Amino acid sequence: MSRNPLLAIVGAAEAPSQDLGTLSPASLMAEATAVALAQTPLRPRDVDGLLSASSYYYMPTLTLGEHLGIRPTFSDSTTIGGDSFVAHLGHAAAAIAAGRCTTALIAYGSTQRSDGRRLVHSMSEPLAYEAPYGALWPVAGFAFMAQRHMHEYGTTSAQLAEVAVAAREWARLNPAAPRRDPLTVDDVLASPMISSPLHRYDCCLVTDGGGALVVTAPDRAADLCERPVYVWSVTEGHRNRHVSAMPDFTESPAADTGPRALREAGVDLAGIDVFQLYDAFTIAVVLMLEDLGFCPKGDGGPFAAEGVLRPGGKVPLNTSGGGLSYRHPGMLGMVLLLEAVAQLRGEADARQVPGAASALVHGLGGVHLSGATAVLGRAGWRPS
Amino acid sequence: MTLRAFRGARPTARGEEATFFARCQEERLCLQRCGACTRAVFYPRAVCPHCGAQALAWEDASGRGGVHTFTVQHRFTPEFDTGEPAVLAIIALEEGVRMLARVLEPPDQVAVGMPVEVRFAEASEGFKVPVFVRAGVAP
Repeated sequence: MSRNPLLAIVGAAEAPSQDLGTLSPASLMAEATAVALAQTPLRPRDVDGLLSASSYYYMPTLTLGEHLGIRPTFSDSTTIGGDSFVAHLGHAAAAIAAGRCTTALIAYGSTQRSDGRRLVHSMSEPLAYEAPYGALWPVAGFAFMAQRHMHEYGTTSAQLAEVAVAAREWARLNPAAPRRDPLTVDDVLASPMISSPLHRYDCCLVTDGGGALVVTAPDRAADLCERPVYVWSVTEGHRNRHVSAMPDFTESPAADTGPRALREAGVDLAGIDVFQLYDAFTIAVVLMLEDLGFCPKGDGGPFAAEGVLRPGGKVPLNTSGGGLSYRHPGMLGMVLLLEAVAQLRGEADARQVPGAASALVHGLGGVHLSGATAVLGRAGWRPS
Repeated sequence: MTLRAFRGARPTARGEEATFFARCQEERLCLQRCGACTRAVFYPRAVCPHCGAQALAWEDASGRGGVHTFTVQHRFTPEFDTGEPAVLAIIALEEGVRMLARVLEPPDQVAVGMPVEVRFAEASEGFKVPVFVRAGVAP
């Protein structure tokens, strides 16, 4: 069980140009990196570890290193889905502890909206046993989960819609969100059906995006930035690759990685102030809420419908507006981590959760194929 | 024999993948049975994922199963788009494995738990793949 943090985040930034369509995915990574490094005295030449994942680049760390003039001694492009960046925190921590590098950069960039894609999963090789049937990934996979969850537990579309409504309420506090008008349950249910039972507003946005994190050993953090954020645990895991091999369509890998992350950090859910859970789809959130232990399995719909996910509620969730109402560039993990850091640095402006000192971030990969969970804390916070 | 077809695609298939689809052209739905632990395995592979033995043998499935879950898909990538919704489903075969396939029934008549049987339909010109229909319907 961890009594010391594993890692410190000393730089964290979105790419300022991420919605302009003027930069390639690689240049978005580089731009975000420059802004993140500027929060510290560090220069690119001080970075000796690179971690990235990408749906554009076959060897993303080589691309990143070339763009920035970095020749790392540690390079890791582990790709398990949009949660890869959460897992990368753990990989960076282990590498630094083992002396493989001293300062690591985790970066991501995507121009999927500018590229003209619509709800299409661009990362996958064709799967021979599935390719003939024309399923639309990832929405069809999450639709399978929603249908099964409704069958087993009586979950309703109106309950799923509450997740989207709550996300929009947080987005209304975020000047950078694309839409800040209210969204109602009726709006969600009236939106076009994409893949039953998921409507358009049950599904995430399709945006561009870029972000970077600069991480190092905890004992260096205080010298490198004013408000370091510490990582107290990171877990990862995966269960299947084909959706048909999903052991239980109502349970996600968060059921494993979440409790392990809390246990390894030495904290329970009540000790976490703010949550970032990968909201690619409303049903994805319902499964994570159950699997992380907010409520019993099957009760996620009624739990969301209580309104607890909205600003002012007892579960501050996806406080930027999340993938549903702020930004989803294709791989959401970096967006979740950046919002967690902003909250813990006290830089979240109107959407700031007062006194937020600890955060839990859970990323999913693909159609809940993989999961990665991290517990973060601001300087001065310790698991009790 | 009712000819069924849908706008699908012929996959690139390697090794045991190609064997599976070759048998589909003979209208045989095949899975594997582990000679060590006796469990059924799908999709075909080299090593039993349950017990680790290299003892997997091909077996013809009965073709009977049920709808474990499904979705009525309204959007498609261009090569699959006919302008009509389609039913994608996870079929639980009675041997204890699951597979993804289309259910060629009217969307409003499909439900979780519905008994189904395999048929073979052309996903692209001349290339047959397994699809499922309500059990008990004449071939």
